[in-house]
Amino acid sequence: MRRAGLAAAGLAVLAALAACGAPDGSQERDRAEEPARTEGATPGAGATVPVEADGSWSLRLADVSEGPAWPLPAGSPERFGLGTAAGAGRIAPWDRDVRPDGTGLPPGSGRAADGERVWIAKCSACHGPTGTEGPNDRLVGREPREGFPFGAEPRAGPRTVGNYWPYATTLFDYITRAMPQNVPGSLTADETYAVIAWILARNEIVADDVVMDASTLAAVRMPAAGRFVPDDRRGGPEVR
Amino acid sequence: MDSADPPRGRLSRRAWLTTTSGVVAAGLVGTRFDAVDLSARQVPAQDPRSIPGRPPSELGSRAPGERPRRLPGPQVPSSSSRSPLHELDGIITPADLHFERHHGGVPEIRPDGYELLVHGMVDRPTVFTLSDLRRFPAVSRLAFLECSGNGNGTLRRDPSPESTPQEIDGLLSTSEWLGVPLSTLLREVGVRPTASWLLAEGGDAALLARSIPLAKGMDDALVAYGQNGEATRPEQGYPARLFLPGWEGNTNVKWLRRIEVSDRPTMTREETSRYTDPLADGTARQFSFAMDAKSIITFPSFPYALPDRGWWEVRGLAWSGRGRITRVEVSADGGRSWADARLQDPVLPKCTTRFRHLWRWNGSQAFLMSRATDETGYVQPMWDMLVGARGAGTSYHANHVRTWKVARTGEVTFAQGELA
Repeated sequence: MRRAGLAAAGLAVLAALAACGAPDGSQERDRAEEPARTEGATPGAGATVPVEADGSWSLRLADVSEGPAWPLPAGSPERFGLGTAAGAGRIAPWDRDVRPDGTGLPPGSGRAADGERVWIAKCSACHGPTGTEGPNDRLVGREPREGFPFGAEPRAGPRTVGNYWPYATTLFDYITRAMPQNVPGSLTADETYAVIAWILARNEIVADDVVMDASTLAAVRMPAAGRFVPDDRRGGPEVR
Repeated sequence: MDSADPPRGRLSRRAWLTTTSGVVAAGLVGTRFDAVDLSARQVPAQDPRSIPGRPPSELGSRAPGERPRRLPGPQVPSSSSRSPLHELDGIITPADLHFERHHGGVPEIRPDGYELLVHGMVDRPTVFTLSDLRRFPAVSRLAFLECSGNGNGTLRRDPSPESTPQEIDGLLSTSEWLGVPLSTLLREVGVRPTASWLLAEGGDAALLARSIPLAKGMDDALVAYGQNGEATRPEQGYPARLFLPGWEGNTNVKWLRRIEVSDRPTMTREETSRYTDPLADGTARQFSFAMDAKSIITFPSFPYALPDRGWWEVRGLAWSGRGRITRVEVSADGGRSWADARLQDPVLPKCTTRFRHLWRWNGSQAFLMSRATDETGYVQPMWDMLVGARGAGTSYHANHVRTWKVARTGEVTFAQGELA
């Protein structure tokens, strides 16, 4: 993901991470000689990692210790000097991931009407003419409109873009990576925006005539937004 | 299309005997080591003591009749294959039998063109060749790898009784993984203090990508180019993959080509629409990385049968993504009473442990179960405990106790549905 600057504002970076910049070879410890690393530790201790950019939720990793588990050999240099420096021209062609805040979205735009042509030509063979027929993933469907019964009900129905995906930007990220399955990554940016407009319109999330682009896509709020919570399993006697 | 569905078209016991042993008429089979192709064993026409054997060769092969095989899934093309847990003993999975789970097939990547780009919130964005990676100080460790969808077919109340350990839990394998610690590479490029996540991306047709907390990358993550003493197999990520001991298989990105250090997750498809765990309260658990303690008896199991009563060794595997296995208990009466199994050395953290338990079968119907405990004190739950904690719609991380029924005839079947 390309970023103009490194926005660290609002991110609580905890002590467990503070040493990440320069693990020191002098901290050499032989972990293999230690008893189990979690022995005596409080279940639930471990690294805490911010997830949402606004700090609204973070993830606690009970099974991760402050590293490194693999200390460098004594006498290791500060740097080995291996590898080749990568400039912007080397990085940019591979750096195409897209984040929920829209970072990484390229220029371009498309409407659902254009997207329908893309869909029929390049998507419908696997996902069905209306996005509901399969044989591969069903992408269209808002049912059930109320609630989020997938955990409680084994037969709650297919998990679609409309009822399960928490971020619309994931569509752009994923289509660019992996779709269409027989020619992955072959859609233009305009085609991608257009087919996303079609998928979101069929899911009744955006209007049929919306112009999808970097700013409108990042602004879409998905029906399943806010349903996702951090893993609360910690080991120890409690089954979660 | 997901890893979830167990392979269809199961072999019946009779068909299994036909294809594997060629001795249908003989009926029941005993332990795994009786279940070889006897016709192939009989091939030598002469007493091997009377003629010199064949000379050494460049590449070894399995003995005739020893034909363990992975089991690809039923889809065309399939996206996974399972390790034959019931045809292996010990803890190591031969590399050619390591399970597979692909999201865009197995890419062909030339080692001389391979590059790993590390960039983002780092002081020195760098491209590493395979030679570069191999030149860093290396480490190796034994560790299991398990798809987080492994065994989710058993969450239904009525899985087929004719299910082998391979069909039930074959998305599990153990190797000695060799490589450079990711912490070493991150030190080399200089990670900025405000970084907290990284994005790992593969070079396959899916450009599969997962967001990984930087803390794991600084702990025990490896960029692994070796597997069981040789180069990592193409199906396991050649030339190099990410290996995250104890974490769900999907995060161990194969054919690793890019690591972007950042301060938040990317929210890729594989960590939102997939590999999340909906709960009964209307939420879904996300970034559920660690694989909780689990075990399965690999003998006796379907398709084997016990030819007679008396002493048998119950054998199985136990593992935990949170550390060492400290205890495995075995029950022969459906969980009413339990006895401690022997844990065979080595007992390593985040690795499969082989357990064995001597059992005297008296010829009556028995329900065999195993229950693992890890060093955090976590005890492998029963089915109803797991589903009760998460909800009936749960599917990934299905680590509940597995049950086999030994009938009076000696035939063994998977009994998950029978006791529920």
